[in-house]
Amino acid sequence: MTVRARQFDELRLDGVSRSYGGHAALAGLDLTIGCGEFVALLGPSGCGKTTALNCVAGLLPLSGGSIWLDDKRIDGLPPERRDFGMVFQNYALFPHMSVRRNIAFGLRMHKVPKAERDRRVEEAISLVQLNEHAAKFPGQLSGGQQQRVAIARAVALQPPLVLMDEPLSNLDATLRLEMRTEIRRLHQTLGLTTVYVTHDQEEALSLADRLVVLRAGSVQQIGTPEEVYAHPANRYVAGFMGYRNMFELDVIESEQARVVLGGDGLKLRGVNCEAISSGRAVAAIRPEDFVVGKAIANRLEVGVEVVEYHGRDQSVQGRLRTGEAVHFRTDQRLAPGDDVTLSVPEERVLVFSPDTPPPPTEASG
Amino acid sequence: MTAATGQPTATRPALRHRLAERGIDRALLLLVPGLIFIAVLFLYPFLYGVGLSFSPQQGGGPFANYRKFFDDPYLRNTLWTTFRLALPAALINVLASIPMAYKLRRPFRGKRTLTTLLVVPITLGTVLTAEGLLEYLAPAGWLNKTLLALHLIDQPIELVHNYWGVLFSLIITGFPFAFLLTMSYLSGIDPTLESAAATLGAGWRERFRFITLPLLAPGLAITFCLSFVLAFSVFPSAFLVGDPSGRTRVISIAAYHAALEQFDFSLGSTIAVIMTVAMLIVIAAVLAWRGTLYKGASGGKG
Repeated sequence: MTVRARQFDELRLDGVSRSYGGHAALAGLDLTIGCGEFVALLGPSGCGKTTALNCVAGLLPLSGGSIWLDDKRIDGLPPERRDFGMVFQNYALFPHMSVRRNIAFGLRMHKVPKAERDRRVEEAISLVQLNEHAAKFPGQLSGGQQQRVAIARAVALQPPLVLMDEPLSNLDATLRLEMRTEIRRLHQTLGLTTVYVTHDQEEALSLADRLVVLRAGSVQQIGTPEEVYAHPANRYVAGFMGYRNMFELDVIESEQARVVLGGDGLKLRGVNCEAISSGRAVAAIRPEDFVVGKAIANRLEVGVEVVEYHGRDQSVQGRLRTGEAVHFRTDQRLAPGDDVTLSVPEERVLVFSPDTPPPPTEASG
Repeated sequence: MTAATGQPTATRPALRHRLAERGIDRALLLLVPGLIFIAVLFLYPFLYGVGLSFSPQQGGGPFANYRKFFDDPYLRNTLWTTFRLALPAALINVLASIPMAYKLRRPFRGKRTLTTLLVVPITLGTVLTAEGLLEYLAPAGWLNKTLLALHLIDQPIELVHNYWGVLFSLIITGFPFAFLLTMSYLSGIDPTLESAAATLGAGWRERFRFITLPLLAPGLAITFCLSFVLAFSVFPSAFLVGDPSGRTRVISIAAYHAALEQFDFSLGSTIAVIMTVAMLIVIAAVLAWRGTLYKGASGGKG
């Protein structure tokens, strides 16, 4: 296989900032990406992840900071001289060119001799398994096929870095899973260094070697999927990682590792994630960590309100006597109106300070 | 309607559904007022004129007027005079609007002001433009005075009351149309296509040549056709800043002269029909070329 990534040691983002008329879309992103790594930028829309990607691609000028590829500063280069591959959210295939010509475009621009160009195009086409569609135009392809063309076009140049901007968001659920595996397979076989932007935590967890969680232009946490999933850095990251229940309570008792919260007839003992000693705090619990019926520690009395059937189990929304909603999952048959007792092991309760410090709104540059 | 009673043995779907499948339904009735309007105010006068052109007032068979037009060099040449004005004017308007619209396609500060300035000549009308040109380009106008004062020329250059005056006038009044049309075609092209081309190593020249221009070309063909038709029927400026009895005696002047000064309505109609056919030939040629281009969606998916 000759479609292979060109090698480099690291891509370094040094305080990369971008602001639009005083509003910081991205405030001082520091990130070092090693060769061959798959990094996902994760966050809701408006968190600055696409801005960050466009800054790396050269499609947006920085308003502060610098970008280095090994010891070469590249943030002043126009996109056509950075030689990064990019997969756009809407694929951005050239509608007036066949699949083959779309994929050959980058090679033509780089004046690769015809014989080699043809060979590399054919390789890229078979890499994404589009051989029988090579002569078609983008308008004649399905969404998943267009997606494959976009990927083949981006990797045909053997770029040191591939940037992907929510490439799966326009696909239906089945195709999305299929393409997700496909992207991971390409990453493994080609050793492509990839920066992947998504708002889907599941996609990020399953694809990436490292996650960067962003919020309003600033980094909340950088870590491996396991780290971010099991040890979210703050309340915001926890909310993004599936900690759907957030109870804000008073701190009653605090040690180094454990903390006890209480109030509203509720008492929860959990992991002290942010060294909280007094005042208010938030207990974050995943719906799947609740146990129904067995009254061990951390008891909650809940009235069932809405039950959604999910096949193997059910997703239930209940309400505490104080009126707060509780989401939990169970394989027991429950019906609206039932009263149940929930409990949750204390190591599954993460306690954070109620408000993560608001991110800076002015560009730091 | 007929299907309401329901026929259990019927294998064919109701007439209404079969018609609907071919896109015929009652909404088409909304077209009726428009069709009547076209028939009464356009189709009838047009066909009447065509009929008139085949019944010459001086007799000599149905084609006498057509023979006369092509035999008489004074009449025949008006056709070439018009082409010599309309083709360059339309071409210049389209070509000039491409870089302008391309530069203005992204939002920036002051875009609206600039666009307004470029479009203002539409509102001026031909007569005002002609007045301005006479004032500015005449032998004693500002331009010649300035050039003389700078000793760049020895005697005034003649820019009005000839071919150039009419061409300038056609460009000034025709450019805004071409510019607005090109701009709207250009804004229909997904800007991420150019971004994609850039990440693949294409500089701005390649991006324009391989991405924007091919996607814009069908729109440019239409823009050219409309600009050409506009310029081909040039009449006021040929009179006001041209040389209406000589070098800029365009075909519309010939038609006017025949019908309303010599009162030969039949010959006037003949000239008008010839004018229409000439325009149609050019438009057909341009559209035939357009037919060879890619005309599908020029935006991304989603």
